[in-house]
Amino acid sequence: MLIIGELINGMFSNISRALKERNKEVIQKCALAQVEAGADALDVNCGPSSKDPVTDMQWLIETIQEVTDKPLSIDSSKPKVIEAGLKICKARAIINSTTSDQDKMDTLIPLAIKYNARLIGLTINAKGIPQNKDQRLELAATIVSNCVEKGFAPEELYLDPIVLPVNVAQSQMYDILESIREFKIISEPSPKAVVGLSNVSQGTLSRSLVNRTFLAMAIAFGLDAAILDPQDKELMDTLITSELLLNRHIYCDSYLDAYRKK
Amino acid sequence: MVTPLMLEKWSGKIAVLTIGATREDGGSRAHVIKIGGQQSLPFLFQEGPSPHRPVIAFEVWDVYPQDWQESLQRAYVYSLKDPIVWAKTCVEDYNEQILCLRLQGIHPDYGNKSADTEAEFIKELLKKVDVPLIIIGSGDDVKDNAVLPICCEAARGERCLIGSAVQDNYKTLVASVLADGHNIIAESPIDINIAKQLNILISDMGLSLERIAINPTIGALGYGLEYAYSIMERCRLAALSGDKTLASPFICFVGQEAWRAKESKVNDDRQGIVWEVITATALLQAGADILVMRHPEAISKVNSYIANLFRE
Repeated sequence: MLIIGELINGMFSNISRALKERNKEVIQKCALAQVEAGADALDVNCGPSSKDPVTDMQWLIETIQEVTDKPLSIDSSKPKVIEAGLKICKARAIINSTTSDQDKMDTLIPLAIKYNARLIGLTINAKGIPQNKDQRLELAATIVSNCVEKGFAPEELYLDPIVLPVNVAQSQMYDILESIREFKIISEPSPKAVVGLSNVSQGTLSRSLVNRTFLAMAIAFGLDAAILDPQDKELMDTLITSELLLNRHIYCDSYLDAYRKK
Repeated sequence: MVTPLMLEKWSGKIAVLTIGATREDGGSRAHVIKIGGQQSLPFLFQEGPSPHRPVIAFEVWDVYPQDWQESLQRAYVYSLKDPIVWAKTCVEDYNEQILCLRLQGIHPDYGNKSADTEAEFIKELLKKVDVPLIIIGSGDDVKDNAVLPICCEAARGERCLIGSAVQDNYKTLVASVLADGHNIIAESPIDINIAKQLNILISDMGLSLERIAINPTIGALGYGLEYAYSIMERCRLAALSGDKTLASPFICFVGQEAWRAKESKVNDDRQGIVWEVITATALLQAGADILVMRHPEAISKVNSYIANLFRE
């Protein structure tokens, strides 16, 4: 499973401050701690308060690449910020993300092809967030068919069903899980499924528990990647155990250590 | 229309284990043996490279193997009485590249030899033969723990393969192997979960995964061969899929198992040889990297089988 660390995000006050003060140490420490905790890739987002996101994104990427060669997920809603990031990424990047709006796909899918990047596709469009499984699948199919038409391999596409907070859209949780499974039958080869996990627990009191329970369920429904906090040890233990129960690793008494030795 | 072959792409690779050290490496062996390094299931050369061929080690004891059946003893004529002559016969007459020395004589029921006696014997053997050595204990934990560390020291720098570490008894041997620069055999009772656990326990003590050979424990033809085969295959599939904790080469004690089968003990010299050959070739297909065998004729046949598989 592809684990994308979520902690380098301008929404967090420590990152936002470090970005303003150009404090490399804070960013680099955060990057290394996530890698140490098991992140396969790192999400990079300048946050809503950045006045010059192109420059900020490039500074963040350069700063992170000084200490790790893990792939970066360039997280922005602005295509020009994404391209500025792609230009300087050393490892194969992840574009986070396109929506299923035609103008977004027309810009970002060619960028993914040009820079040999993986692409996250959100099942959302200008009309808003889908309210059920069928709407999610319709938007997912739109993204997949656009990728195929433009020559981008569907197996490099990570579809995100948009995870909503449980206290906002409790009735949609099962639909979201089923969408993960049904994304896979849209095309052959299949697209992959990703979630931005922490959203599920927004505003709840026991965030970590909600996160890890949902993650275990999503893995059982066929999740391939997650953007999450890899420093939440219980969450990572749950992830490893879920994969173990699905026979993706060979059991041994120290299977948690074994996974981390990889 | 030609149907294209479906080729599997693997992300993992079996570790390369080096046995023996030449003068340049601080030892005194004439050559080294490398095993492992495969990037595909056995002999699927189109899927990935298999840079090192499986090897056969002659099993040599430090005492007269009184339990071996007559047909097996006859194959060695008179040489079994003196372990040094026995070892030299394997190397000089049969041109064998690696030997597996079983220190059966330290077992309380087989002579109860002392650590010092064995250390002297190993030093002498290292002078008389110049091939890399595998050294294994007698199976008596208390005695093995007392003797194997002294033997490790006697062979310091020769980068032997020493065994066997088991889940309940590995610390003493791992410490010695670490101190004297050898490799280790990790033995599990036809149990992939224990094989993985033991590899982790050993690597936690500081011995890298690249210095471990897995003895998965095997059964001979008719005695659980299929079970051993499927465990080895599952282990290889996990390793090739990226599980480094299972990516160690295999050592299989074929002779010991094949000659224990009642079918080998009949009054027909050929049948035991066939039993050993069939057991060995099946295990090669399961991924065996070192076969420890007994009958020179069986060894010769399996060697040509390996050569045939690797023929361009």
